[in-house]
Amino acid sequence: MTIAAARRVSGEQTTPTESGKTGRIAWLVIPALVFFIAFAVIPLAGVLILSFTNWDGIGAITPAGFANWASVLVDPDMFHALGLTLLVMVLSWLVQTPLSLLLGVFTAGTQKYRAILAVLYFLPLLLSSAAIAVAYKALLDPNFGLGAGLGLPFLSQDWLGNPQLAFGVVIFVIAWQFIPFHTLIYQGGVRQIPRSIYEAAEIDGAGRIKQFFFITIPQLKYTIITSSTLMTVGALTYFDLIFVLTGGGPANATRILPLDMYLLGFRANLMGPASVIAVILVAIGLALALFLQRLGGKDNNSSQLEGM
Amino acid sequence: METKATPSRRTFISLAIAAPLLTWGLTSCGTTGPGGAAAAGTASMWALSGDPNETIRKNSVDAFNKKNPDAKLSVTFFQNDAYKTKIKTAIGAGQAPTMIYGWGGGTLKSYADAGQVDDLTSWLEENPDVKDRLFAGAFGAATIDGKIFAIPIQAVQPIVFYYNKELFEQAKVEPPETWSDVMSLVQTFNDRGVAPFSLGGQSRWTSMMWLQYMFDRVGGPEVFTDIFNGKADAWSHPAAIEALTKIQELVKANGFIKGFNTITADSNADQALLYTGKAAMMLHGSWTYGGMKNDGAGFVQDGKLGWVPFPTVEGGVGDPKNAVGNPCNYLSISSKASDEEKATAKKYFTESLSNDEEVAAFIETGAVPVVNGIEDQIKETPDSDFLGHVYELGANAPAFQQSWDQALNPTAAEALLNNIDQLFVLSITPEQFASNMNETLGT
Repeated sequence: MTIAAARRVSGEQTTPTESGKTGRIAWLVIPALVFFIAFAVIPLAGVLILSFTNWDGIGAITPAGFANWASVLVDPDMFHALGLTLLVMVLSWLVQTPLSLLLGVFTAGTQKYRAILAVLYFLPLLLSSAAIAVAYKALLDPNFGLGAGLGLPFLSQDWLGNPQLAFGVVIFVIAWQFIPFHTLIYQGGVRQIPRSIYEAAEIDGAGRIKQFFFITIPQLKYTIITSSTLMTVGALTYFDLIFVLTGGGPANATRILPLDMYLLGFRANLMGPASVIAVILVAIGLALALFLQRLGGKDNNSSQLEGM
Repeated sequence: METKATPSRRTFISLAIAAPLLTWGLTSCGTTGPGGAAAAGTASMWALSGDPNETIRKNSVDAFNKKNPDAKLSVTFFQNDAYKTKIKTAIGAGQAPTMIYGWGGGTLKSYADAGQVDDLTSWLEENPDVKDRLFAGAFGAATIDGKIFAIPIQAVQPIVFYYNKELFEQAKVEPPETWSDVMSLVQTFNDRGVAPFSLGGQSRWTSMMWLQYMFDRVGGPEVFTDIFNGKADAWSHPAAIEALTKIQELVKANGFIKGFNTITADSNADQALLYTGKAAMMLHGSWTYGGMKNDGAGFVQDGKLGWVPFPTVEGGVGDPKNAVGNPCNYLSISSKASDEEKATAKKYFTESLSNDEEVAAFIETGAVPVVNGIEDQIKETPDSDFLGHVYELGANAPAFQQSWDQALNPTAAEALLNNIDQLFVLSITPEQFASNMNETLGT
């Protein structure tokens, strides 16, 4: 509270000039900055330091030099996990983007029952990842699950026990969980496109499909970039769902990098190598986010509505 | 004035909100969790959830608190697999409970090496009543370099070979005595549309129990002793390769229920498969007897549950009386606890742990507590047959191998479990398993 009081006093003393205003606005960033430093920058620095040490999570921390980096960077398991992470990223994007785009366009419209359907689509958003994983695990159980209960042999596959199937299931459940969120983003994007563009296109004789490809999609450029950034960078953080659903198995078939990091650090007590993986994840995440922002063009403030 | 007042009030409000949040954010890192927040005279304990143990422990703590109004003892229960991670993190963060529940062995050694648990040797010498009441053999996995770091609690937990008598009668077959009996039973039950073995393979330590028995039956207890002592290439011992190969043959013959590697032991679904008649046999801890008695709707009480010693392997050298499992569970005292907390914990050890009520409660659930002089009590219970079998396995086995994942250090244990998972879905060969595991020797 002393900080607040001090700030208030200084705030009142500032004269209402142009420079005074920007000064006030600048220090408004402090709360956010403090949180960012306390909960992002400091832990990140800690992880970076830990990546050069040996630590079992309990005993003393001893310096290890580059040993952890050397061992992780030649570890085939790490590259296997990295490959799976990239595969999850690409497949998730390929599955989720078209579906959420179409659903977003649909829910932005004015069709009958649209509101009711939209509520149903958004339902998975309300559930936590752990709850979703537990539910799917129960439904897909080969002995007590949906297939056995309904007597449908097609559904009684060894969904989570077969390495290929398990990976597919993970992609499906991730899509089931996150499509509603991206649908919401696209819905908002579509609603911002001015009606007049579509009206003009109709007069020019463009049909629904042409309108979708030549108006909706180009107008959604920045929405697509935002959604894609969230999807791909988000793929680097998928953990809870997979941890509960498969635990990384069977035979490491779903052991993606974040899970590998957790299992190394907290199960095998190898905090050093786990920290190396954490740093790698941060680097990949930053690189991806920057790359996707670049895709949006250099001038982020350029208008899509020029000439309107 | 209007325009000037508005931003300054707003900024004041934003800071007024931010400041307490900030204080909360900073202090929440420093405050102690449920474990360490205890005031004088209080103490905390973490234990595993799941009945019957959870209820027995809860009743014991309640009775202790009633008897000692000034000593407030609290207990929190966690699921097995989640607990193993949580306790490690809590200890590392200096937020361990006063009493740490565990399995002894390599994990306890890592706590002891880091100076996180108290040496109880001298206290036990001063209080011989506490020590002499318990099985002497149970202290083995709690002893590191001649010092005792934990006190044995609860019951002996050998791994038992269970079978569903009803299914065996229907198929007109006898329980197996040798490995070839096992393989022919697999054929028989698969032909009848019943899974031969139930297994909660996603938990991985469940599959490990198979390897432990197979290693023993093929090569005797010395094979793992070499591994434990870090002898070079110990996992490539011919007996180890043979045991691993035989396990994969069992997997290939569909010996385990479909989807076994998606079933977790924490959900008890593996037990359910046995008592609902979906699987004919199961290798599992003696503690599941109590669970099946509770949940099996009369399965145990009606005498449908059978058990035999683990079959011998033709040409193997292991004594058929050898057993594997957990000698018992353990409670250690956190060295970070205050003197009052430690005093309360020791008082609990002396007064309540394995007292007559607790022993009676364990025997009633079909468990053999790690307490001397209970043979007569065991004979009088309706579960005396099972208890006798467990007593035989736990107290009289020529060699009793502690669970590998507890005996080894945590890093090697995690590598072991990960390789077991791959072995059971046939994605690596026995030789690859051995060479992967050889790399962990001596770490």
